[in-house]
Amino acid sequence: MIHGRAVEKRYGTRRALRPLDLDLARGGFLVVTGPNGSGKTTLLRLVAGLAAPSGGSLEVEADRGALGYLGHEPLLYRDLTALENLDLYGRLYRVPERRERIGMLLERYGLWDVRAERVGSYSRGMTQRVALCRALLHQPELLVLDEPFTALDDEGAALLDRQLAELAGAATLLVTTHDPKRVEPLASATLALA
Amino acid sequence: MRYFGDVAALARKDLRLELRARDTLPAMLLFVLSTLVVFHFALPTGADEVAAQGLLWVALVFTALLGLARAWAPEREGGALEGLVLAPSDRSAIWLGKSAAVFVFLGLIELVALPAFALFFSPLQAEGIAGALLANVGICAVGTLLAAMAAASRTRELILPLLFLPLAIPLVVGGVGASVSTEPGRYLVFLGLYDAVFAILCWASFEYVVSE
Amino acid sequence: MLAALSAALVGLAIVLSFWVAPEDADQGISQKIFYFHVPIALTAYACFGWGAWKALRLLWKGGDGYDLESYVAIHQGTIFGALTLATGSIWAKASWGHWWVWDSNQLVLFLVLFLFYSAYFMLRFSIEEGPRRANVSAVYALFGVALIPVSFFAIRLAEDFIHPTTFTRDGPQMTGTMFLAFCVSWLAITLLAYTLYRVELLGKRLDGNLRELREALS
Repeated sequence: MIHGRAVEKRYGTRRALRPLDLDLARGGFLVVTGPNGSGKTTLLRLVAGLAAPSGGSLEVEADRGALGYLGHEPLLYRDLTALENLDLYGRLYRVPERRERIGMLLERYGLWDVRAERVGSYSRGMTQRVALCRALLHQPELLVLDEPFTALDDEGAALLDRQLAELAGAATLLVTTHDPKRVEPLASATLALA
Repeated sequence: MRYFGDVAALARKDLRLELRARDTLPAMLLFVLSTLVVFHFALPTGADEVAAQGLLWVALVFTALLGLARAWAPEREGGALEGLVLAPSDRSAIWLGKSAAVFVFLGLIELVALPAFALFFSPLQAEGIAGALLANVGICAVGTLLAAMAAASRTRELILPLLFLPLAIPLVVGGVGASVSTEPGRYLVFLGLYDAVFAILCWASFEYVVSE
Repeated sequence: MLAALSAALVGLAIVLSFWVAPEDADQGISQKIFYFHVPIALTAYACFGWGAWKALRLLWKGGDGYDLESYVAIHQGTIFGALTLATGSIWAKASWGHWWVWDSNQLVLFLVLFLFYSAYFMLRFSIEEGPRRANVSAVYALFGVALIPVSFFAIRLAEDFIHPTTFTRDGPQMTGTMFLAFCVSWLAITLLAYTLYRVELLGKRLDGNLRELREALS
C-alpha cells in the first residue's frame, strides 16, 4: 500500500528526514521508532499527504477519503463541541449514517456525556480521544497515527489498545510511538529511524 | 452539488463560531464607528461631501482588515486547517466557505456603518450601496486568501495589511466612483470585473496556498 | 560576453539619445530621459510577466528551478520599477516643475505595483524556506500580473474624480532618428535586464550549491 524509495524531506538546508526506503503492504502494521528529531513526524506527514517529499519517490495507494490521520495537534475547532466537530468532518468525509457513527464512536470512547461541550474545555486526554474519533470516523483503509497514546490515561490507552487490535489485519496501520513494547505484539514490522 | 454542500457546511461553521465567541464582530463594529468619529475631526470645515465619501471607504477597508486578521484564527488554534486539507473535499471549498462567512460579517457591519455614515456626514445613494456590496465581494475573496498566506508567515498580522492594501486600491476607486461620479455605472461594472477576475484567481490558487 | 554586449548596447543607446537624436521642440533636453524612462518601464513589466510565467510553471509542474527564476525575475522587475519611478520623477521635475505628479497614470500605476511587489519580498522573507514559501510566492506573483491591467483601469477611472488629466498620455511625436534611438535604448535596457537576471540567478544558484555542500560535509 505504501512504497517509498529514498524518501527525504528538507526545508531549505534543514534536513527533516534522511533518505529512507519504505514498504508497507495492505493489512500491515508498521511501527516506527526513533529518538526526537529523527523525522518520525515528518515521515507520517509525508505519507498522509500533508507535505511532499523533497527527494525520492513515495507512492501511497489510498486517496484522501480512505486515509485517517492523527497528529500532534488534534485538528479540531476548540470552540465547537465534539459533536459539531465530528459532524463537520463527517460531512466532508461523506460518512454514511453520520449521526449513528458519531454516536457510536463517542460512546465507545467515553465521551458521550461531554459531547455537547466545547472541545476547548476538555482535558488533554479527552481531546486526544476526540481526535482519535475524528481519525476513525470514516473507517479509513490506511491509518496514520503519530504517537497516539500521548496524554491518554489508562482507560483511554486501554480503549486504544482494543481498537488497534481490532484494526490490525483489517486496515493498514502506520504508527509511531515512544513505547514500542505496547504495540509490538500487533505489529507486522518495525522501522527504526536514526 | 456536494461541493456547495461542503461550502455551506464550512460557512455555517464559521458563523456558529462567531456566534459563540462574539469577539470579532463587536470589535469591528466599534472600530468602524470610532473611525467615522475620528474622520469627523479629521475633516476641516468646508471639506466637501466627496471627501467624506472617500473616507467611508478608508473606514470600510480597514475595518475589513481587522476582521480578516482573525479570519483563520480558529483553524490555527487547534490545527483544524490541516484537518480540512486532509479531507477529500475540494480545497477551494475551504476558501469559498470562509469568504462567504466573512462576507456575511462585513455585510452586517455595513448594515450599521452605512446608516451611521449617512447620519454623521451625508446620505448615500443606491449606487453607492451597490458599490459597497460589489466591493465587499472583492474584499472578502481576496482578503480571505491573503489572510491564509499571512497565516503561513512568521509576521502574520503585520503583513496582511501590506499584502491587502495595493489590491484594495482598485476597489476603493470603484466604490468611491460609484458614490460620487455622474456615471456610476462604469464603476459598478469595473467592480464586477475585479470581482470576477480575482475570485476566479483565488478559487484556482487557494489549493497551493495551503499545501506544501 | 553577455555583459559586454549589454554594456556596449547601453553605451550606444546613450550616445544615440543624447547626441544623435534631435531635441524635441517643446520639452528640450529633459525629453531625453524619455528614451530611458519608457524602456525601463516596459522592461519592468516584462520582468513581472516573466516572473509570473515562471510562477505558473512552478504551480503547474513543480520542480526546483522555477521558484528561484520567478523570484529573481520579480527582483529585477522591482529594481527596474524603482528606476521607473526615479526617472519618471526626474522627467516630471524637468517638465512640470514637481518631483511627483498624480497626473501621470503610468507613474501612479508603478507606485501601486511597487508597493505590491515590495510586499512580495516581505512575504517571502517571513516564510521558512521550502515548498510552502515557493507556492505562496508563486500565487502572489500571479496576483501581481492580474493587478497590472486592473490597476491601470482603476487609475484611468479615478481620473474622473481625482484630477482631470492635463497632458496627453502618448509620448512626443518621434522622427526617424528619435525612433531609432528609442528602439536601441529599449533593446539595450532589455538586454541589460536579462544580463542582470542571469547574473543574479547564477549567483543564487551558486549560493544554494555552496550551502548544500556545506550541509553534506557537516
